[in-house]
Amino acid sequence: MSAIKKIWEDVASLWSLIVGLKVTGKNFADKQITLHYPRETVSEAQLEGFRGPLELIGKPKNPAKPKCISCMMCVTACPSKCITVVKAKAPKLTEEELQAMKEAEERGEKVNKPKAPKEPAKFLYDYSLCSLCGSCVENCPVSSLKYSSHVYFTSTNRKDFKMDLLERLDRQAAQAESFVESPEAAVETSENSTRKDS
Amino acid sequence: MSQIPVELVKLVIALVAIAAFVGLNGLVLVYLERKIAGHVQRRPGPFEVGPHGLLQPLADAVKLIGKQLFTPKGADKILFWMAPVLSFFPVLLLFLPIPFGPVATGMEMNLGLLLILAFSGLNVLALCLAGWGSNNKWGILGAARAVAQSVAYEIPLLLSVLAIAFQTGSLNLSVVVQGQGGWPWQWNAMVQPLAFIIYFISALGETNRAPFDLPEAESELTAGFHTEYSGMGFGLFFLAEYANMIVVCSVAAALFLGGWQGPFFDGSLWFLLKVYVLLVVMIWLRWTYPRVRFDQLLNINWKWLMPLALANLFITAFVTKLF
Repeated sequence: MSAIKKIWEDVASLWSLIVGLKVTGKNFADKQITLHYPRETVSEAQLEGFRGPLELIGKPKNPAKPKCISCMMCVTACPSKCITVVKAKAPKLTEEELQAMKEAEERGEKVNKPKAPKEPAKFLYDYSLCSLCGSCVENCPVSSLKYSSHVYFTSTNRKDFKMDLLERLDRQAAQAESFVESPEAAVETSENSTRKDS
Repeated sequence: MSQIPVELVKLVIALVAIAAFVGLNGLVLVYLERKIAGHVQRRPGPFEVGPHGLLQPLADAVKLIGKQLFTPKGADKILFWMAPVLSFFPVLLLFLPIPFGPVATGMEMNLGLLLILAFSGLNVLALCLAGWGSNNKWGILGAARAVAQSVAYEIPLLLSVLAIAFQTGSLNLSVVVQGQGGWPWQWNAMVQPLAFIIYFISALGETNRAPFDLPEAESELTAGFHTEYSGMGFGLFFLAEYANMIVVCSVAAALFLGGWQGPFFDGSLWFLLKVYVLLVVMIWLRWTYPRVRFDQLLNINWKWLMPLALANLFITAFVTKLF
């Protein structure tokens, strides 16, 4: 009985072959999803979910400064060790200020030593090592990292893939400012950033 | 001075025409295969060389011809280079008895079908020599697979063809074609649908087309029997594969689909159309199904195709005797 059942199952599963043909046949008739690259370029809509090299996100009020608090979460999470963050140091005090602090301490007053600001002094990123796994983006507590939509990024020089993200953010902020003069472009860039933020 | 026999002149002309036909079809099929593959994967396929990539197969051919012919160290030189030649040239012979049109038959013969079946076996020998001669373990594995596969799939193919031969009482392809009508319901495929399906599946196996392309299985055996071949050595194997495809499709069109007979008018156009529809189906199948495992390949053959073909043959024999 089970043998007959098995044979029947085998025959019934022949239908899956027809289903397969239907799938490829439909794909054959469908529109192509690739571009003829040098003649056409990728549109914004097609970049949905694209993972380009990392970028920092600026503060809403001061786009030239990153939201980053240099907590090192991205550096810890990165499996390929391609992010280097150097914490900003506390501002150096002058001799006079130091002297004044010492005196105040001796007097028994409470002294507020200057603390290191919560921002990166350096944010280096080696795209040639990055596997675009997204651990850094997911782990960032202040969501200061995002993927860029930098599609046509090629170089014959390895050094070009070692990027200074602070400098990059600076450049982007300056560019955005100059864009404000032409409103269409400004709309475009703001759409960009909202999409990547989400 | 004795006269040159007319038969001989006709034969030479036919062979030259066939060689041209095979070469031209090779180009068309390479283009078709890559274009269909592209569109199935929703990309354009060849596009850059010529309008819509039309000159791509020509460019490929020029590249293949220009490549250095390389014999691997420790290979059996004679066998190694005999294999592609042996794979390609007997195929030209297979076209002789195929009726391309009411008069366009290379050579009328009573045993045409037998000639095709007999000489198509030579391809296995070629693959065997290629695998053995290349001094490469992938080559040998590919050759071993080719033998197991071809020997297995030859049997249901023969049995399904035999059912048609029983039915029409002839091994002459022209006679088989004349026995059918132009309209689809007059075709042998309507009377013998099972034989047609078995024939088509076995033909895929015989021509080493996906999903039965185990002898060359590029992901498992790098390229199987033609791993070591460069330039036109590989090119001849490639051409032979396409030529074999055309042969099996032509035989299928003649035996099952009414050959050159068609609705409204008869002629070579109908024949070529039917052959090309079958070829496109073959390519379509290739880009749809994944490659079968070797045990699956043999199971399909020995457990399904063989018994079904045998049953079909017995029933056909019984019915033709009865009526």
